[in-house]
Amino acid sequence: MKKTLFLAVIAILAASAANAQKYFTREGKVSFFSDAPMEKIEALNTKATSVWDTESGKIEFAILIKAFQFEKALMQEHFNENYMESDKYPKATFKGQVVDMKKLNLSKDGEYPVTVKGELDMHGVTKSIEAPGKIIVKGGAVKATSSFEAAVADYNIEIPSVVREKIAKTVRIDVDVDYAELKKQ
Amino acid sequence: MKTWLTVLAFCIVSLSAWGQDDLLSLLGDEEEVTNFATASFKTNRVINLHSLESTSAGVMDFKISHRFGTLNRGAYELFGLDNATMRLGLDFGITDRLTIGGGRSNFEKTYDTFIKYKFLRQSSGKRNMPVTAAFLATAAVQTLKWDNPDRENYFSSRLYYTYQLILGRKFSEGFSLQLSPTVVHRNLVKTSAESNDVIAVAAAGRIKLTKRLAINAEYIYVLPDQLASEYVNSFSLGFDIETGGHVFQLHFTNSTSMIEKGFIAETREKWLDGGIHFGFNVSRVFTVVKPKIE
Repeated sequence: MKKTLFLAVIAILAASAANAQKYFTREGKVSFFSDAPMEKIEALNTKATSVWDTESGKIEFAILIKAFQFEKALMQEHFNENYMESDKYPKATFKGQVVDMKKLNLSKDGEYPVTVKGELDMHGVTKSIEAPGKIIVKGGAVKATSSFEAAVADYNIEIPSVVREKIAKTVRIDVDVDYAELKKQ
Repeated sequence: MKTWLTVLAFCIVSLSAWGQDDLLSLLGDEEEVTNFATASFKTNRVINLHSLESTSAGVMDFKISHRFGTLNRGAYELFGLDNATMRLGLDFGITDRLTIGGGRSNFEKTYDTFIKYKFLRQSSGKRNMPVTAAFLATAAVQTLKWDNPDRENYFSSRLYYTYQLILGRKFSEGFSLQLSPTVVHRNLVKTSAESNDVIAVAAAGRIKLTKRLAINAEYIYVLPDQLASEYVNSFSLGFDIETGGHVFQLHFTNSTSMIEKGFIAETREKWLDGGIHFGFNVSRVFTVVKPKIE
């Protein structure tokens, strides 16, 4: 009797662990583009961390602002010092939800368009955002991409008039993440 | 029954662990990173002095500097604006720590070169370092016609060298301070009463007023009994104004020369007598070699 019970419990636990699959990365790519009349600015961060719970659909991202790399060193300095104030606000985070989890079948190859909703916290301001994304399953590997726009002014980032022609009011943010399964320790 | 309860408890605990709110915490403690202090000064010069900043790798910094005549020349010379000494210079960032550069001043028709290496970087986090330290070496050659062409003159007499250690710290977002013990070596001096080697200690600081405007000051104390009595210590006060790719440095100084051997060892004018030069440095950076972004 005891043995049967024990086995049953093990079976339940194993099942719940299989359901509650989580994916993660520490090397997600997040880039942004500012397309203004006088200057195009582009920066890439390859150190984004993210965890995605495929049972609940919850998804989270965190990035270090200082890890954005620019082509021009001075731009990188200004980005950190004048705009993002990365000593004061070192991180940007996103906490949200993949809305249409039911459409997903991670055991089958394919491209699944999804919508992600949640809170983006950046430069000390938290905003609700909704972004289109794509989950790509190929040969067991899970990849997620998204592209959305953010208005600089929404996040309390001030653009002085002298550089108004050089920095776009709205920047595009691209996310490109290769997920790996998160094994429970 | 007891076993039942244990198993149930275990079950609940393990399930609740899965249902954690903060997903990112599942990745465990974040790897600590080293956070380097950046932008302690707006550019690699404070006013006349080299700041602890270096030029970033692959970047060329074109510098146009002027020092007008002294304010006490009065309205006839528009308070010095009729006279200008100038220096044109180029600095290159070889790596983020190593900068080389050179320039030409019309003051005594002098060419100068320098090499600056930052061997300590102020940082916090994984690696803690309270100060930034750099070593600067400069060489200058003055190319005026010989005062006395009839006697035997040596090229080496035209040469000047400076060695400087720059120690500084960004104390807060708005306040940076640096100290620079310096030796200026002159191969030839005018009188035997003057030393060929001049030892000095320079102090410089910055207070940031807004994101794009800072106030800078620097003072160079030359240790006594090295220079002729007409020479005084250099003091300068100025503003850094940053506009995108340019930094405009506008300042007042009692030094005419913009290179070490000049402003450290050959400053004559006194602030109290109105011997003050208005001047500016304009710095414009160009990215020559694009960094690899990976």
